[in-house]
Amino acid sequence: MTLSVDDVKRVANLARIEINEDESKQVLAQLSGVFSLIEQMQAVDTSNIVPMSHAQDMIQRLREDVVTESDQHILFQSIAPQVEAGLYLVPKVIE
Amino acid sequence: MLNASLKQLATQLLEKKISSVELTEAFLKHIKSLNPELNAFITINEEMSLAQAQVADKMIASGQAHPLTGIPVAQKDIFCATGWLTTCGSKMLSNFVSPYDAMVIERFNQVGAVNIGKTNMDEFAMGSSNETSYYGPVKNPWDTLAVPGGSSGGSACAVAARMVPAATGTDTGGSIRQPAALCGISGIKPTYGLVSRYGMIAFASSLDQGGPMAKSAEDLALLLNVMVGFDGRDSTSLQRESEDYTRDLEKPLGQLRIGLPKEYFAKGMSNDVASAVEAAIAEYRKLGATMVEVSLPNTMLSIPVYYVLAPAEASSNLSRFDGVRYGYRASRYTDLEDMYKKTRAEGFGAEVKRRILIGTYVLSHGYYDAYYLQAQKLRRLIARDFTEAFKQCDVIMGPTSPAVAFNLGERSNDPLQMYLSDIYTIAANLAGLPAMSIPVGFGGKNRPVGLHIVGNYFKEARMLNIAHQYQQVTDWHLRAPAGLFEAK
Repeated sequence: MTLSVDDVKRVANLARIEINEDESKQVLAQLSGVFSLIEQMQAVDTSNIVPMSHAQDMIQRLREDVVTESDQHILFQSIAPQVEAGLYLVPKVIE
Repeated sequence: MLNASLKQLATQLLEKKISSVELTEAFLKHIKSLNPELNAFITINEEMSLAQAQVADKMIASGQAHPLTGIPVAQKDIFCATGWLTTCGSKMLSNFVSPYDAMVIERFNQVGAVNIGKTNMDEFAMGSSNETSYYGPVKNPWDTLAVPGGSSGGSACAVAARMVPAATGTDTGGSIRQPAALCGISGIKPTYGLVSRYGMIAFASSLDQGGPMAKSAEDLALLLNVMVGFDGRDSTSLQRESEDYTRDLEKPLGQLRIGLPKEYFAKGMSNDVASAVEAAIAEYRKLGATMVEVSLPNTMLSIPVYYVLAPAEASSNLSRFDGVRYGYRASRYTDLEDMYKKTRAEGFGAEVKRRILIGTYVLSHGYYDAYYLQAQKLRRLIARDFTEAFKQCDVIMGPTSPAVAFNLGERSNDPLQMYLSDIYTIAANLAGLPAMSIPVGFGGKNRPVGLHIVGNYFKEARMLNIAHQYQQVTDWHLRAPAGLFEAK
């Protein structure tokens, strides 16, 4: 598999990371190296193997449907970049 | 005193030969004299540490002492601690003063241990040399030209340089064990699910596990007693009866079968590491252990598997850093999407971005089966290898790292070479098994060598027993870099 600069730009956009032309080229060279390593995986036949998504075979715990958290928005918003009237401020999304 | 074991320190505290405040002051002084050179700490906060020490002294005076009451413990800067700057080694969190405590911090607070500072680390725990930290690299106290390993490099350095009696680390692919090996200290990654991940900033959630780093196995056991425990706030926390990890320390080794994976000893290990590891194995023979050849045929695939799964999980976990609710936000942007993109471009370092991009790619449309699913299938094969091996042996031993610490800057421009240094440690994370590293001598340039011990699930007490018995007949764990105790 060969990666292109366009792939890098597409993925960077998906990951919401700004990347310029020079960086894309640099990253492309590094990612191509990593993917050549990753390609080793394709040599193994895994057709009858069940994927292992987790280290422990466990069932998701359920909890009582009760409120366990108290309202701490003032504390939490005290470290936010921009807050007004209890709301997090971001650039306008809808005109 | 700076070289004392946790047990010795606890005795001195209980017998009132020293107070926690005095002990904390002594270690803070040592930190302040060495940190400008070694850069092991990102944050120290004397006021907060001494306030905790005063509380500890009161606990001791009123007869409420726990074995770790009043003992300073350094916390990896990945653990959120109320009122402490918690950066995770990143510009993204360079202004993040945590409003809450991680479970690990809570548990240390409950027993009256003193948080003596937050240690340096690779950014978001992504690295094997501590060179990806936004706060600059940590130096190896044995040789300041060398890296301390990573990602828990600050913690390893701080313990090795005797700046602290003990520290915490986290291990996703070897981040406790590899720096422990490179700095000549002991460290254990417990079975996945034993130490709560609540408040431990996530890298790859199905692999991340916190654990202690200290001079000896005995110290690790005391620390594990505090760190392990069920936590309903971590969905993968295991509900088990609590154990005393010190219970087997003094037992003789008895019938011990040590598995030596033929693949690990076949190639890849440098000569100096091989001879130190072989000497340690010879010591275990003298202690009565028998050696069994085992095979972990899929172990060589653990690096490609890891570099699919860990970045995939990281790309998802790190999507929370968007400059909206906390942390860094770019100063100039045009619209919301531009704000996200600039914030993340400026806030993350090169290695973190690289891994986010790899993860985003392998999870993207059309590639999921070929990469992510294939990696998960291979993960099962790797875990099965261990299940088979443990039918023939009690623990598996080998080197922690294929070579002693490399020089600062030597591999920082070559991510691939850096990734390969985790060949022996990653498989334990993929399988979720407990694994530890203990110091077993020195290699080239007098840099430390670590022995890797992997146990079956929940066999921590036995592993600590095995390590402790070795440490009763050797003194590698007591060696400290020369010249550290003179006033600078």
